[in-house]
Amino acid sequence: MSTAISPTTPEDHGLLRFLTCGSVDDGKSTLIGRLLYDSKALLADTLSSIEKTSQKRGLTSVDLSLLTDGLQAEREQGITIDVAYRYFSTGTRKYIIADAPGHEQYTRNMVTAASTANLAIILVDARKGVLTQTRRHSILAHLVGIPHLVVAINKMDLVGYSREVFEKIMADYLEFAKKRGIEDVHFIPLSALNGDMVVERGDALDWYLGATLLEILESAPLAHSEHTEPLRFPVQYVCRPQDAANLALHDYRGFMGQVESGTVRAGDAVTVLPSGLTTTVRAVQLGGADIDAAFTEQSVALLLDDDIDISRGDMIAARDAAPHARKEIEAIVCWFAEWPLDRARTYLIRHTTREVKARLTHIVHKLDVNTLERLPAEKLVMNDIARVHFKLAQPVFADPYTDNRSTGAFIVIDESNNNTVGAGMIKQPA
Amino acid sequence: MPGIRNSSQPSSPYRLQMNEPFFPLDSAASTASAAIPMTRPTQTQTQTLSHLDWLEAEAIHIMREVAGQCANPVLLFSGGKDSVCMLRIAEKAFRPGRFPFPLMHIDTGHNYREVTAFRDRRAAELGERLIVRSVEDSMQRGTVVLKHPLEPRNRHQSVTLLEAIEEFGFDCCIGGARRDEEKARAKERIMSFRDEFGQWDPKNQRPELWNLYNARTHKGENIRAFPISNWTELDVWQYIGREKLALPSIYFAHTRPVAIRQGAIVPVNVLSPGGDVLNAPRPGEQVIELEVRFRTVGDVTCTAPVESNADTVEKILLETASTTITERGATRLDDQTSEASMEQRKKEGYF
Repeated sequence: MSTAISPTTPEDHGLLRFLTCGSVDDGKSTLIGRLLYDSKALLADTLSSIEKTSQKRGLTSVDLSLLTDGLQAEREQGITIDVAYRYFSTGTRKYIIADAPGHEQYTRNMVTAASTANLAIILVDARKGVLTQTRRHSILAHLVGIPHLVVAINKMDLVGYSREVFEKIMADYLEFAKKRGIEDVHFIPLSALNGDMVVERGDALDWYLGATLLEILESAPLAHSEHTEPLRFPVQYVCRPQDAANLALHDYRGFMGQVESGTVRAGDAVTVLPSGLTTTVRAVQLGGADIDAAFTEQSVALLLDDDIDISRGDMIAARDAAPHARKEIEAIVCWFAEWPLDRARTYLIRHTTREVKARLTHIVHKLDVNTLERLPAEKLVMNDIARVHFKLAQPVFADPYTDNRSTGAFIVIDESNNNTVGAGMIKQPA
Repeated sequence: MPGIRNSSQPSSPYRLQMNEPFFPLDSAASTASAAIPMTRPTQTQTQTLSHLDWLEAEAIHIMREVAGQCANPVLLFSGGKDSVCMLRIAEKAFRPGRFPFPLMHIDTGHNYREVTAFRDRRAAELGERLIVRSVEDSMQRGTVVLKHPLEPRNRHQSVTLLEAIEEFGFDCCIGGARRDEEKARAKERIMSFRDEFGQWDPKNQRPELWNLYNARTHKGENIRAFPISNWTELDVWQYIGREKLALPSIYFAHTRPVAIRQGAIVPVNVLSPGGDVLNAPRPGEQVIELEVRFRTVGDVTCTAPVESNADTVEKILLETASTTITERGATRLDDQTSEASMEQRKKEGYF
């Protein structure tokens, strides 16, 4: 970019979180390096440090992929182990890239990285076309509910920038996507190495009239912006100052949390769960001062008209569209732990701000992440994905994940070591 | 890069079902009244938060998760710019109540006077409890042994921090580290688990999905929580500007005696809060008066300023947006020792 970022731009198109999937061989790290480099997020001393490393390894040109190799062990082994986060800004929009590695523990890392993304870039090597890996990335991205997929057909320079190659890969991918119910896909030919169609158009792909990768990112819808959802406000913390010196605060009770979906303003009718009691919002506050309304993803405090006993783990929801209390859930679960999911054990499920004890009651089937084929299963081991049933000691107030990525999601915790051992996405009850 | 922001996108034959370009229209930004110093979120018609509002909301959420999940947390406050943002976030998260945690600083004894004075003043203004634990106390106890009297004390903060965690029984330390600062930090969780010895195991981190943070610990273990993980240096300055946050004076351009050592600007003859004269010029070094500002502040012996005449937040924003050197690159003499030095220190319990 030739222009510097304007720090006080009147336009602010918010923040987009996206995921890049693919292996080093697909040029993923090079693509990220290119985005950072061309958008000027990559600074001179970082560049000189990767130049030095490139020389040390005997490379003739600067290896932009060295940018994303963060940990010592990774640099030694030359592979990426863990999800890394990168940032850049165009002046109108800020981006958080979740970079999921393509090696061991792939499912775990990709599901983790995908959980917060609203768009995924799936890299395809133009010489190799749609591979098993491409299908797996797409299936996982779709499963975790990423609404927008961009299939970036990279290394076009190595196939002579051929339109035929590009269109063949696109046709192959569409055939697969159709079968899997993947709908919103954007295709783009590019060369991350040379920078064609990443930030700059370049002049080698004149037959391609679509948007550059950065243009797609600049115009992609943000999370929660595409359809209206009813209010979901899980209570994180209750503020009761009980300040004896300040009478105005003596009875203050602020229910603090993040609006997971919907909008809330003073006067709104709400239901409090699990009690089921109804009341009206008296005020919406931020930092102790009234604001007009709070929107999805905003962290605020709610004051209510009636004195209702509410604590962390409860939920304040739109009165006319409250979620159902569920003591049994069916979910797609991804298992992360080295030990299998054990029917005999009790786990902890965290759903929004609520923690409940849970037991596995039934494995419906396992999913093959390469084909989505359903397989019978007796147990779940690391990186397995399966449809299962859990029985809960107390109810959760959930929506199907396909309707609401916040109130449809949960994690599974093993209390013996407090590790996060699984992640789940709740299905619509039958 | 011409043509990106307002480029018209020709309709693409390669689009299966992509929504039309989405550019929310700006609505009139709500202005903060004089009575309420904190700005209110600006909303677009499509109800998406501006990037600063989003980052702020995320940080508030993380702080409240700490308050909701941990029994005895503490917020690390050094007086530096990142921790100044953290205090504003804590105000937005918990006012009109008090913070559900004390503030704590691990003082090397070699910090800039302006910064420690600011630290004490700010804590007093907020009416919150400030705990200061000193590396010099650890040296007296014999738990910190310097290789030589002038060794930078930054890395020894880990020892004092772990001692303070044990002394107070803290189960969570909230810190202002950001993922864009350093390569090892880019892969650290927002809620980062440390074992009984305060060690970080980068290869065995808890998966962190959605906004469901797991801050559970057993006795003796500890969580380091990083609410502004997703902020960049530019975001921090934008937030400081938007919220009109006060900062220690050395963040702004000022003239001071310096020497040029191995390409870095080294402030010389700095008086520590205890009255020591730090960074005496080395034999043969020429001391010059230079207009500088600090991008990061820490121990005097390992923090270097950059040459700058930016004496307002606006000017710093412009410099930050067009700078070509990373924040720690030019200014942290301790990170340059080896490519993995931050990771090594974190494994040992450092923030």
